[in-house]
Amino acid sequence: MSEPLIRLENVTKSYPGTEAPAVGNLTLDVYAGEVLVLVGPSGCGKSTTLRLINRLIEPTGGRIFLKGEDVTDIDSSQLRRKIGYVIQQVGLFPHRTIAENIATVPKLLGWDKATTTARVDEMLELVSMDPAVYRDRYPKELSGGQAQRVGVARALAADPDVLLMDEPFGAIDPITRDRLQNEFLRLQQDLKKTIVFVTHDIDEAIKMGNRIAILREGSEIAQIDTPEVILSDPADEFVENFLGSGAILKGLTLKKVRDIDLHDIPALEMPVMRDEALRVLEASPEKTAVLLDKDHKPLRWISEASLNRTTQPIEKSGKPITIDLQPEDTLQDALGVMLQSSVGMAVVVDRSGKYLGCCSIESLASLIISDGGGTPSS
Amino acid sequence: MDFLERWWTFVSTRGDQIQSALGEHTVYVVTVLGLASVFSISLGIATRRNVLARELSLAVTSVFLTLPSLALFTIFIPLVGLGFAPSFIALFLYSLLPILRNTITGLDGIDQSVLESAKGMGLTPRQVLVTVELPLAWPVILAGIRVSSMLIVGIAAIATLVAGGGLGDFIKSGLARLPLPNSLESIWTGTILCLLLALVVDLILQVLKRATISKGIR
Repeated sequence: MSEPLIRLENVTKSYPGTEAPAVGNLTLDVYAGEVLVLVGPSGCGKSTTLRLINRLIEPTGGRIFLKGEDVTDIDSSQLRRKIGYVIQQVGLFPHRTIAENIATVPKLLGWDKATTTARVDEMLELVSMDPAVYRDRYPKELSGGQAQRVGVARALAADPDVLLMDEPFGAIDPITRDRLQNEFLRLQQDLKKTIVFVTHDIDEAIKMGNRIAILREGSEIAQIDTPEVILSDPADEFVENFLGSGAILKGLTLKKVRDIDLHDIPALEMPVMRDEALRVLEASPEKTAVLLDKDHKPLRWISEASLNRTTQPIEKSGKPITIDLQPEDTLQDALGVMLQSSVGMAVVVDRSGKYLGCCSIESLASLIISDGGGTPSS
Repeated sequence: MDFLERWWTFVSTRGDQIQSALGEHTVYVVTVLGLASVFSISLGIATRRNVLARELSLAVTSVFLTLPSLALFTIFIPLVGLGFAPSFIALFLYSLLPILRNTITGLDGIDQSVLESAKGMGLTPRQVLVTVELPLAWPVILAGIRVSSMLIVGIAAIATLVAGGGLGDFIKSGLARLPLPNSLESIWTGTILCLLLALVVDLILQVLKRATISKGIR
């Protein structure tokens, strides 16, 4: 493999008065452009490890390299300006506006005003916040999710190669967290930063990481590998226990809706006559069809039975379709939607909301069986 | 009504006297408040990481505030003589505790995550202090300065007993001539002017507060 961007070499952190070191003799390589997730039970030293990289905690032994340069003894403030840092509580400066917060590191680095201002707006746009609206607001006016967006924008402002994130989405409600995770993954596709990401949540680790390091007490690496390998081939009992039950289900977050074959459920486009609808339904093996509006957006599930049961107009029969999926959604999302849906299937639409097809439990199951076979069932 | 008229005559015929007494009083307030603020804030910053030093400085300044004011004004006379000096020292010692206490409380009350992110972005300890800690602790510190300012305006009236001048002169001379004409009027003059001065000082500090505290933490 190529030269690691960050290298921890036999790094140790022990505190006086305690016998076991918080981090004991850890060697860890992080490669350019990857997201390495450090995950482990609380108290395993994962946050300490992260803070050793930007030397918020000074190591008691070992060396730290950044781009091949030994940074163990250089000025720590100078070092930190080159490394983005995002924490769970965000820590925005409450007395500074959003723009001033984002401009913190550029200002420390002595950027001129015009460049900084332009960069601030660029960063706000990057995290999907309208600069005109938010630039001059104060942190107290933001929701938790917005605050963390600004936190990420602030960390990226001076365009660091490395980003350290300590449970960045840990204090955010599940729905917003999911959205932020997805947005962050999309951002990372373009930015290709080298990211070390700490979490205690294995599901988040699987979702976010190109590689995962599962740590046990003293920041000892139990296993470090891609999520796929860890899920299908856990190194030992500790890893297995940490993954918990349902490794297959967790693996679903690694796959996207576009990975499975869509089921071709016939579509009925409005306006449609009852006779024609019945004819289509008869021909359909599932005896089900999707009713679309004139823009090809899915409206309702129509089944033969539901159509025969009432004399109501076709746009009032069957069951409404409330949630749909996009090809970029994970199969875990898809499973959730399918289980909620009345027909055991989920509608897949493109970005503009146009109907593409359906995915069913069967197609999901066949995908799991075809490549999930390696997962040991204990 | 009668008294008010007599009082007004008293006040309006002693313009010069009032002006100089008020001037002296104001000098006490301004100089003591300025110096005590600088001293207490510096002390608070210097001792904040050292529990022993912090507790010791709080204990000592508490003692100053507990001493009877009459005693505090007089014990320095053997060292510095009569007049402005012993009064200034006494007032200075009095005003330390509220500002020191609030500096410590203000700095302690800052959200740890803000400090963590400040350090994490590469601010030096000095930059963290000047650009993050002090601005965030400032509302609390300023509240301490306000308490001290009220304290000083009131207690500065005692300076007259050590020949330090100020509005206390009116109160003392009134007290000395008590049943005689113009004695009560004199006492009231000193008292009301103290009150007015306190109001003005408070108003100035309010303006300072609005001007110096960020909208984000108001």
